[in-house]
Amino acid sequence: MFYREAGDFNTSYAEDQQTFPIKFDRYRYYVVLFIAIFVVPFIINDYWANSFLLPFLIYAIAAIGLNILVGYCGQVSLGTGGFMAVGAYACYKLMTAMPDVSMFIHVLLAGLITAAVGVLFGLPSLRIKGFYLAVATLAAQFFLVWLFNRVPWFYNYSASGQINAPERDTFGILITGPNTEAWATYMFCLIFTIASALVARNLTRGSVGRKWMAIRDMDIAAEIIGVNPLRAKLTAFAVSSFFIGISGALFFSIYLGAVEVGEVFGITKSFLVLFMIIIGGLGSIFGSFAGAAFLVLLPVLLKIVGVDWLGWPTDIVAHLQLVIVGGLIVVFLIAEPHGLAQLWRVAKEKLRLWPFPH
Amino acid sequence: MPEQLAFTIEVFLNGLMAGVLYALVALGFVLIYKASGIFNYAQGVMALFAAMTLVGIQNGQVPFSHLINAILGTDVHHFGWHVHSAIAIVFTVAVMVLLAVCVQRFVFRHLVGQEPIILFMATIGLAYFLEGVADLMWGSEIKSLNVCATEGACLPQGLNMWIDETTYNAFGYGFFIDNLDIVASIVAIILVVGLVMFAQYTKQGRAMRAVADDHQAALSVGVSLNFIWILVWSLAGFVALVAGIMWGAKSGVQFSLSLIALKALPVLMLGGFTSIPGAIVGGLIIGVGEKLFEFLIGAPFLGGATENWFAYMLALLFLVFRPQGLFGEKIIERV
Amino acid sequence: MNATAESYTTEDGRTIGPVVMEMKNITLRFGGVEAIKDISFDIREGEIRAIIGPNGAGKSSMLNVISGFYVPQEGEVWYKGSRRPSMRPYQVAEQGIARTFQNIALFEGMSVLDNVMTGRLTHMNTGLFAQSFWKGKAEQEEIANREVAEKIIDFLEIQAIRKTPVSRLSYGLKKRVELARALAAEPSILLLDEPMAGMNVEEKEDMSRFILDVNDEFGTTIALIEHDMGVVMDLSDRVVVMDYGKKIGDGTPDDVRNNQDVIDAYLGVAHD
Repeated sequence: MFYREAGDFNTSYAEDQQTFPIKFDRYRYYVVLFIAIFVVPFIINDYWANSFLLPFLIYAIAAIGLNILVGYCGQVSLGTGGFMAVGAYACYKLMTAMPDVSMFIHVLLAGLITAAVGVLFGLPSLRIKGFYLAVATLAAQFFLVWLFNRVPWFYNYSASGQINAPERDTFGILITGPNTEAWATYMFCLIFTIASALVARNLTRGSVGRKWMAIRDMDIAAEIIGVNPLRAKLTAFAVSSFFIGISGALFFSIYLGAVEVGEVFGITKSFLVLFMIIIGGLGSIFGSFAGAAFLVLLPVLLKIVGVDWLGWPTDIVAHLQLVIVGGLIVVFLIAEPHGLAQLWRVAKEKLRLWPFPH
Repeated sequence: MPEQLAFTIEVFLNGLMAGVLYALVALGFVLIYKASGIFNYAQGVMALFAAMTLVGIQNGQVPFSHLINAILGTDVHHFGWHVHSAIAIVFTVAVMVLLAVCVQRFVFRHLVGQEPIILFMATIGLAYFLEGVADLMWGSEIKSLNVCATEGACLPQGLNMWIDETTYNAFGYGFFIDNLDIVASIVAIILVVGLVMFAQYTKQGRAMRAVADDHQAALSVGVSLNFIWILVWSLAGFVALVAGIMWGAKSGVQFSLSLIALKALPVLMLGGFTSIPGAIVGGLIIGVGEKLFEFLIGAPFLGGATENWFAYMLALLFLVFRPQGLFGEKIIERV
Repeated sequence: MNATAESYTTEDGRTIGPVVMEMKNITLRFGGVEAIKDISFDIREGEIRAIIGPNGAGKSSMLNVISGFYVPQEGEVWYKGSRRPSMRPYQVAEQGIARTFQNIALFEGMSVLDNVMTGRLTHMNTGLFAQSFWKGKAEQEEIANREVAEKIIDFLEIQAIRKTPVSRLSYGLKKRVELARALAAEPSILLLDEPMAGMNVEEKEDMSRFILDVNDEFGTTIALIEHDMGVVMDLSDRVVVMDYGKKIGDGTPDDVRNNQDVIDAYLGVAHD
């Protein structure tokens, strides 16, 4: 009874192909959007923005990007941290070189630059497959971090070797630097997150998405029915890196403000985003959001429970977190390879039939 | 003999020694991959876990003491005794076997028949889990590992001095090689020979090779897959322990140990995942290559620390031209 | 025989067009093994052409040569009047050659509809940029191609399962979906690799009917490999017989049936 489908018919292919073919889903989606845009900005405070909302929105973009590559195109990458670093450093160089240009442009350009780097490291994917490719992407991870660490041009020869986001505004509203307001940074990230999700959805439901999935499911058959494998894989690398670059740019400029590359964009970052999409669901845009929310919330919750309530030392809680995340990955791979998104889908199926399951 | 050349040769020799250790870690990967098709990302963390367990047992640490103290409000840390290295090693091996049984029983038995990439991701999860457990069990601070009671009790002290002197007399330049590296190489060689003998001449070894060749066929002639998988995980645990001791003695038992072990991945990509000689040759190439590259190009021209990525880049470029690795067979694709 | 460029009419009144594809002296080796030895034959427009032969005769290899998956060491492939240069399989597909596979090669992670839509990929060329906005060119293209795909789905009577994930289907249905995917490409030549392998009698009858209907309705040229002699003889206009990588017969089903070499290959011959 939660779902009313009766009388809800799709009478054209266009209607059948929309994102939420069921009316009820569509309305719920509008409600969530409405709250995110018109309610949250008015009640947001710094704690919520920095401990949950900003990292959630930014990681969601990275997870969408990685999901396109891993979940849709089947090419496992462990270089996410490195590509986020490209976005961050590209954004930094652009911000400092062209102070008067809008941050929107900078972030988008950072995404494009990352896309180009992603294509470069995606080239071997034509010949290397499976976990060979996964290990090959480690080359990108380690090389890029080394590059940003060792070549002073990238951090404008600053003494600390760090990059710091200078104050920049867009449409007269300050969005980077120490004096920003929570609602402004939130809205800035939200716009990118929503746009990323829409673009990812549009790409994955059309012919490009089918090419990716064909490569993922059976690459030889895909080539024989007319998919150019190199082109399909490279577009996946490009689109994926574009999103990951945007996410890296936002992570640096909006969320952290200052970055030391080895610490922030190390291999643990690659794994974190990979875990988000495994837990959330491979090959699902919604799953990218679910996984990002889960892994952003988990440390916050553990800290509240472990440190604040029980008074445990922080390092024990951090170690427990490793155990829980690692354990969850294994459990999800065993029990539900399609992640939270699939759990959600199953729950929905049940609700659609409830209370008359037979 | 010109100075520069002598330096280069010394770097080469040191690279060879580092390569032996890479090869040692890579061996653990090959063992598991051959028998079960699992690409075990957790191998490095297993080495860390083994080394930490060894140190913990040696020092008589109470396992999970921090956690116990936090929950119960007690203040226990040590049993107050020190365990002899040999006994501690035996206990650690027992722990690694137990770990193998658990991994097989609780993880991979439920993932039989899954795609290799899913198994790979499961081992990444396992790596996180193990690292967390190791930290909870023994604490995450850097520990020093001393297998020998006193300096020189079991290391053949003076071997490197001897090499130094002999080469000085012969070439006019004394080569310096770390004592520990020499021991590590000897141990690695013994281990490799031992493993090959085990695989060739024992019943379990033959069963292992049969499983590696064809699961179904091995099953049909009465080999227990479950047993073999536990066996290879135990062996890999043992190899991890040896590697952990070597690395740990060199640079302390700490998290970076599991990252160093990551270097075994490019080693395998060079050598091919299924070949034991490949793992050894690959290890030596990577060890020598990264040391020489750093010495000749990295440090003078690129700002140093190229060892971080050289191995991966080499493997990547290599694979683009020869996807099956050095010793792998060319794959004919079918539809 | 008839001149290659001319059409002719068969005894039962079917019009067979001029030669559309010609294999000239194809030789294919794997290392030292010769899978195909110096084989030549042609395929005419609108006909059903069968390649038959015992196990290991090189039939599948032949099909793989046609679809560009294997590159023969010697010989030429002529297609629509010109020599086909060496090309990748996806380029062959773009030229209008579609196929099915002996061991079903569907995309298991996708629905039936999506699988059939992958057959339309060679007809869809909206750029990445236009697709990211969906409304406009991408959506129009999607709907236009969806209509073609739905026509094929109706034709093969799989409407009811169009949203079902392929991995849940039975073997027979999977074979039919694969045929749908190949047909969706609206190919000028359709290659079928053992379309009836592993089917029961009823499913075979269904499949035969679909093959004949496809040929009849869309005028599609079909080249197929099949084990089941009975089925092949009923279906095809002309038959190539292969044995140990060599061609031992070529002609109408009746010609082939009376060919001594073919009888020997199938029934065995006493060696003395």
